[in-house]
Amino acid sequence: MSIDYASKIPNNVDLGSNKTLQRALEHWQPRYLDWWREMGPEGSLAHEVYLRTAISVDPKGWAHFDYVKMPDYRWGIFLTPPEEGRTHAFGTHKGQPVWNEVPGEYRTHLRRVIVTQGDTEPASVEQQRQLGAICPSLYDLRNLYQVNVEEGRHLWAMVYLLHAYFGRDGREEADEMLQRRSGDADKPRILGAFNEKTPDWLSFFMFTFLTDRDGKYQLAALAESGFDPLARSTRFMLTEEAHHLFVGESGIGRILQRTAEVMKELRTDDPAALRAAGVIDLPTIQRYLNFHFSVTLDLYGSEVSSNASIFYTSGLKGRFDETKIADDHVLTGSHYDLSVVEGGKLVTQSENALLTLNERLRDDYIVDCQAGVDRWNRILEKGGAAQRLRLPHKGFHRKIGSFAKTFVSPEGEVLTEKTWNERASAWLPSDADHAFVQSLMGRVAEPGKYAHWIAPPSRGIDQKPESFEYVRFA
Amino acid sequence: MATTLLRQHLIDPEVCIRCNTCEEACKPKAITHDRRNYVVDFAKCNGCGDCLPPCPTGAIDTWREVGEAYSVEAQLAWDAVPANAAPAATGAHETGIPDDVARLEEEASRSQGGRAPPPWSAAHPYVGLYARERPAIATVVGNHRLTVEGSETDIRHIVLDLGKCAFPVLEGQSVGVLVPGVDALGRPHHVRLYSVASPRNGERPNHNNLALTVKRVTADLQGNPVKGVASNYLCDAKRGDRIELTGPYGDSFLMPNHPGAKLLMVCTGTGSAPMRAMTERRRRRMGLHEGGRILLFFGARRPDELPYFGPLSRLPADLIDVELAFSRSPDTPKEYVQDRLRARGEDVAAWLAEDDTYVYICGHKRMEAGVLEAMADVCAARGFDWSVRREEMRRAGRLHIETY
Repeated sequence: MSIDYASKIPNNVDLGSNKTLQRALEHWQPRYLDWWREMGPEGSLAHEVYLRTAISVDPKGWAHFDYVKMPDYRWGIFLTPPEEGRTHAFGTHKGQPVWNEVPGEYRTHLRRVIVTQGDTEPASVEQQRQLGAICPSLYDLRNLYQVNVEEGRHLWAMVYLLHAYFGRDGREEADEMLQRRSGDADKPRILGAFNEKTPDWLSFFMFTFLTDRDGKYQLAALAESGFDPLARSTRFMLTEEAHHLFVGESGIGRILQRTAEVMKELRTDDPAALRAAGVIDLPTIQRYLNFHFSVTLDLYGSEVSSNASIFYTSGLKGRFDETKIADDHVLTGSHYDLSVVEGGKLVTQSENALLTLNERLRDDYIVDCQAGVDRWNRILEKGGAAQRLRLPHKGFHRKIGSFAKTFVSPEGEVLTEKTWNERASAWLPSDADHAFVQSLMGRVAEPGKYAHWIAPPSRGIDQKPESFEYVRFA
Repeated sequence: MATTLLRQHLIDPEVCIRCNTCEEACKPKAITHDRRNYVVDFAKCNGCGDCLPPCPTGAIDTWREVGEAYSVEAQLAWDAVPANAAPAATGAHETGIPDDVARLEEEASRSQGGRAPPPWSAAHPYVGLYARERPAIATVVGNHRLTVEGSETDIRHIVLDLGKCAFPVLEGQSVGVLVPGVDALGRPHHVRLYSVASPRNGERPNHNNLALTVKRVTADLQGNPVKGVASNYLCDAKRGDRIELTGPYGDSFLMPNHPGAKLLMVCTGTGSAPMRAMTERRRRRMGLHEGGRILLFFGARRPDELPYFGPLSRLPADLIDVELAFSRSPDTPKEYVQDRLRARGEDVAAWLAEDDTYVYICGHKRMEAGVLEAMADVCAARGFDWSVRREEMRRAGRLHIETY
């Protein structure tokens, strides 16, 4: 049987030379496509979408733009080319050559890391599958679909690792990825935030800005891994992830721009007046931000975690920008400061640096989020609005870690449960907020037209003009 | 005179989301960031373009033509790419000076001490009618050598015909020359600015043409051998060749129309181009007996390297008073323009004291300090303060400096 597997599954890992692996992935491929048809973007199978497809991993070849029907998208396996003589950058194996096979003693840990990462990818596609019906423009619809196909490709990247390096267990895990469903009571996705709904575009933009940014930080930490195939996979995924962050940041930015315009026009910051004028008031945007930020912080896990310590010491998962940090990269005897609630007050506690790696990654993430929020605030400033958005305190509305049983306000005051609950409606989106945002979500799908509540982008995708037909409907 | 515009790769901080993909892709490590911005170090960027496709936002695809590259520090402080630096790609016939050219002009006139208005009686200039994307097409109708054949310096008088293309220029304005092809890094060549050497009604009156004074560049400022791209392109141009022009540019270094105005000019080398244009304008109107005199200080290394030496020496004395300075002449002691200024100190000071005097300085940057110092000295000798006078003159549009 002569099937050209290499063209069936585009790859740069010389798949053709490993027939067993090729066959295994060939079996998985139709199941993946079935999953896409069932759980991918609703009603989109026949649309022609102006998508970016990676056709090779060098800088020139990986951003190829053309109209594609999404089921025909060339999902494939792309790893950043190997770095000659790469060594472990951290942990007990520091300085030794990186692994190209899974070391037996770390097999379980590594599989767990890969499965957890991989599971988020199809989860977000499922969460977002109904957004197409209420898109604010063809430009945004195209961006949604781009995000979706790339999440699909990220699943491929993780599934490849499972198939190639974890034998039967890996294949079973890969199948499981297609079985679980976001928000399903019986077969939920692994991580909490990936079982939340993404019912409207404000949530979608918050999700891509905040939750996909968690993805960036997790991928960046894995890109430092001493298991080289994982490092090379995640490095290439990071390049794609950047588009998702862009969609979120610019999406919210355009909403803020529009709201500020109307505030100026009507000379008011009264939420009711602004809602009546058909734009999203800033307090509502702030509440959405509070919600998505806090649930995303939970994704980093407990502040003190022996698992994180094991992952690091054994060279599986580094810190963000590990190789750019100037320290010994072993961390025995180092300390890291934690914020904890003690006796009704926030205090700083010094902890073993190895045990607090989750917290450190979370803190790095917060810095990056803050920079994005600062840029949003510049849009408000430029638009003449006096209000500013702010990130809530990291202890606010947490379900995981030491803050889980505390009641911290967005400003960082430690409150009683009663006071917190009384004030929560000012901090988190209410059903009425959701209903209002939902009420704006009419479908705008004419080239060059944008929903009233969002400003057009300042630049088109691939330098295309504002009126470009990013999606052609069947 | 000629100046160079650099094509600088920038990142638009208003669009950039700091995703780091560009920095990751940049092999020469030209891209760096701080907590605020991602920036491109002009000195390190090799123009390979590897950073362009991975950028999810398009922020990476930002280019400016500038006189002097923005430093990394300046870029790190930006909230936005400087607002008036919109690329001249809009297609429409915009008026107003594009920022890239404005920066060049600012650089050239820096020692003026700030922007100067044009003389009150100057004609209204047209600026920026043609841009890189839609240049004016000129045809070479003349190219002759101004310096003696065999002398080291090859300076040429190049006449360009604009056919039916409207390209109104005033004396003192410049035009941009686009050299076809790309540089060693595959980027389009920088725009070069050349001052127009002919008066407003053309080298050949009423034939819609203009002249440039171009020196063939064979060495850089440090004397290292280098082949000037645009100057060699122009100096080698044959009759009938087509040249792409942008501009016109310049709305300050203009001559007064007021007939009684006195012009005090100091120039070296091809800095004589605008002086020649103004002088020629005056010469053609001599029959009208409008008055107004010209005092010219002109420096070159040797007489055979002084452009327009022949025609200059034949100009009537009641039009122009010429002082020549030669720094490498075998027959005369070494002299610079500032030495001639001092020698004529009495007259120079008298001219500077008058309200109808307009000063134009054009040429190498290295002559500028000496010239300004000489002016200060001759004023001091007459009992007035040049620094005060200079500022008055600049604000009144009576002091114009362009050095390069």
